[in-house]
Amino acid sequence: MKVVVVGAGHAAGQLVAALRMQQFEGDIRLIGEEPYPPYQRPPLSKQYLSGEIDLESVYFKPADFYDQAKAELSLSLRVEAIDRSGKTVTLSDGSGVDYDKLVLATGTRVRKLTLPGADLEGVHYLRSIEDTDAISRDLRPGARIVVCGGGYIGLEVAAAAVKKGAAVTVLEMADRVMNRVVAPVVSAFYEDLHKANGVDIRTDVKVSGFEGSGRVEKVVTEGGEDFAADLVVVGVGVIPNTELAEEAGLACDNGIVVNEFAQTEDPDILACGDCTNHPSAIYGINVRLESVQNAVDQANAVAKTICGVPTPYIAVPWFWSDQYDVKLQIVGLSQGYDQAVVRGDPAGGSFSVFYLKKGRLIAVDAINSPREYMMGRKLISEGAEPDPEKIVNTDISVKELV
Amino acid sequence: MAKITYIAHDGTKNEIDVPTGQTVKDGAVNNLIPGILAECGGACACATCHVYVDEAWWDKTGKPGAVEADMLDFANEVKETSRLSCQIEVSDALDGLVVHIPEDQ
Repeated sequence: MKVVVVGAGHAAGQLVAALRMQQFEGDIRLIGEEPYPPYQRPPLSKQYLSGEIDLESVYFKPADFYDQAKAELSLSLRVEAIDRSGKTVTLSDGSGVDYDKLVLATGTRVRKLTLPGADLEGVHYLRSIEDTDAISRDLRPGARIVVCGGGYIGLEVAAAAVKKGAAVTVLEMADRVMNRVVAPVVSAFYEDLHKANGVDIRTDVKVSGFEGSGRVEKVVTEGGEDFAADLVVVGVGVIPNTELAEEAGLACDNGIVVNEFAQTEDPDILACGDCTNHPSAIYGINVRLESVQNAVDQANAVAKTICGVPTPYIAVPWFWSDQYDVKLQIVGLSQGYDQAVVRGDPAGGSFSVFYLKKGRLIAVDAINSPREYMMGRKLISEGAEPDPEKIVNTDISVKELV
Repeated sequence: MAKITYIAHDGTKNEIDVPTGQTVKDGAVNNLIPGILAECGGACACATCHVYVDEAWWDKTGKPGAVEADMLDFANEVKETSRLSCQIEVSDALDGLVVHIPEDQ
């Protein structure tokens, strides 16, 4: 049996480990566009950008892991096409690779701005090691950095840039940061946190372009205000890499469509990680998740399907973000909540938000509150309906909520 | 480099040389030792790398930090010598360390 994996990111790396843990004895080959073995992306906007950890620590596994696991890494190569009837993929060097099972772990790419001046030197995006290295080269102490987009990436970059002694401005076009994923109380907390660390956070600001002679010198906005910049980092989301699957005739809808066993409609093609659109049993909808949790859990599901012990992927999604010394842990998906109940006092630096929908707990944001995070995870998977009056009462232990 | 012995719930022993600076979790997952999931990759965000430190080594590994202790409180079958293995950094002082892996994470 020959398993070929398109992509060599976190999901692909986990798949190697998961297949071998399932005693899979066939061939495994990862084909990755980047020159690096599978690596972890979360540190790229955190400790790797701030210089606290080195490249080796970013790698998902040590270099000799793949030899020991007898997995072949074909790096700096793209898969150009899938021939489903011939069960072959064509690589960018013209060669063909046969497969018995093909796994698409193609990930996402950054959404790029098409505004005037967006291609000037010094306008960066952040997705890869090379992106972070390029930002780091420009991020000298005293450098003026303008971050476009107040989501996770933008805010983490802001925090790392402060650590490196840069002067940081964040421009967000919505009326608050992280508006897509958290309640207003959490947005307000993070805006205050960044301001206290010297970051100039501007909301309701729409960038209209970038100016400079060859290299970016300023960011221009629709309100007419200009922001001087030695470098710019744009963090406005990602797009799933579905083209290969689409061209092969596989169903795609904001991601490669798979079932709970990570299978596409072709029994010999599976998919995992950020690129998939998959059913979420807990929420009763299809979701596309951009997270380590999803990469790992779905890769595990792929391994089990391939090894003939299919097990549905039903994990509660979780995420985290480190900014300064504040740990945000999110469990569940809060979209569609009708009640956001705050537990603890944001002013004290540690609090949580319980999101309810028709009484049922669907998500928890925990700020320096690991106990609420852990309990939230348990309650969400059980479909619990905690009493809002108990949630707000911190005299009641989080373990006694239900 | 420190030699670390991972003892599974069924008594299976794995002795691994783990480089200094890595964590006890790294030694397990990099060598495909079953039982330590470490879903979050070592960010102290999931409590699925729970181990029991052998009592003879408890003084050397030390107690969990504040966040770790809070996370551990929700792990399965917690004991006095429970730690999250992603939070135990390997040093020469831990050469010979023995950890026991719980039945479930």
